[in-house]
Amino acid sequence: MRRLLLTTALALACASAFAQKSTADGIAEYRAMLADGNPAELFEAKGEELWKKKRGPKNASLERCDLGKGPGVVKGAWVELPRWFADTNKVQDLESRLLTCMETLQGLSAAEIAKTPFGRGEQANMEALAAWISAESRGSRMNLPQGHAEERRMYELGKRAFFFRGGPMDFSCASCHGEDGKRIRLQDLPNLTKNPGDGIGFAAWPAYRVSSGELWSMQRRLNDCYRQQRFPYPGYASDVTIALGVYMGVNAKGAEAIAPAIKR
Amino acid sequence: MADPMRIRAQAQGDKTTVRVLMSHEMETGQRKDAAGKVIPAWFIQEVSATHNGKPVMSAQWGPSVAKNPFLQFTIKGAKAGDKVAISWKDNRGETRSDEATVS
Repeated sequence: MRRLLLTTALALACASAFAQKSTADGIAEYRAMLADGNPAELFEAKGEELWKKKRGPKNASLERCDLGKGPGVVKGAWVELPRWFADTNKVQDLESRLLTCMETLQGLSAAEIAKTPFGRGEQANMEALAAWISAESRGSRMNLPQGHAEERRMYELGKRAFFFRGGPMDFSCASCHGEDGKRIRLQDLPNLTKNPGDGIGFAAWPAYRVSSGELWSMQRRLNDCYRQQRFPYPGYASDVTIALGVYMGVNAKGAEAIAPAIKR
Repeated sequence: MADPMRIRAQAQGDKTTVRVLMSHEMETGQRKDAAGKVIPAWFIQEVSATHNGKPVMSAQWGPSVAKNPFLQFTIKGAKAGDKVAISWKDNRGETRSDEATVS
């Protein structure tokens, strides 16, 4: 019987490949190796189960939840979010929409969930749901609607938030994500003021972060961007986070969705 | 009970590639929580694989293996329709077994 420690072999293979190629090639190769076994799949499986499971004070599943393409339609919904919803008269992203569904259908408290730290309790369930729902649109192209006046207003609001400079370092989103060819340490930074390409930027989140072993939703991604800018944390599913989603999503029109992706 | 594994087994010629994703915290025992207390070690120690009930691979793992580990290996002579089963046991004695059909 053979005993093997696969991870060690993998790490060694990576290290030797690194020496001959450019750093960017090495990173790309490392990502390709990881992508084959993206643990986001584990979250997807959990999310699908959660969608169908009867839960909450009303003991209901989310199968009647309208993500924009009619009650219960999940396929293709994610590439059209955030969008305007008639029942709430609001532009909502995936997570704020899920909050609405969890409250109206299941009787869970949206305010309570919004206050919960990332990765705990219902927020952990939220990540799994986001993983599965985005995976159901994998391979589709980003196609956010801009037909409603509110959607266009949110785009403009998101654009302003994107270029808004402030904080102790006088940063804006655009400081890092407003030009081509920028990077932070070894990470390439996508230019989010235009379509950054297939599976990059908005089309890649939610994503599994190898470094922390967590699945990050777009809300968490944005929350961490604000932290890095030394801004106050934005409220979970707050208007500014949704507006930024509209701005990035509309700019990425036509980009292929690969979420949930895998990140370093 | 632990979350299920994701197992894919694909035959190509004489060789079958098995890919396994396991859902596990893989806590090293080196980390501390917010209160400064050591988080106890919790990791998979034994992994074994069988092909139609016959053992084909066993591994001993330690705390240096990543969270939600991915395992890939090749077995010889498996055909489509064969069963590949994986099981693991962690240092708390918890176990999980899952099975997949070779395609």
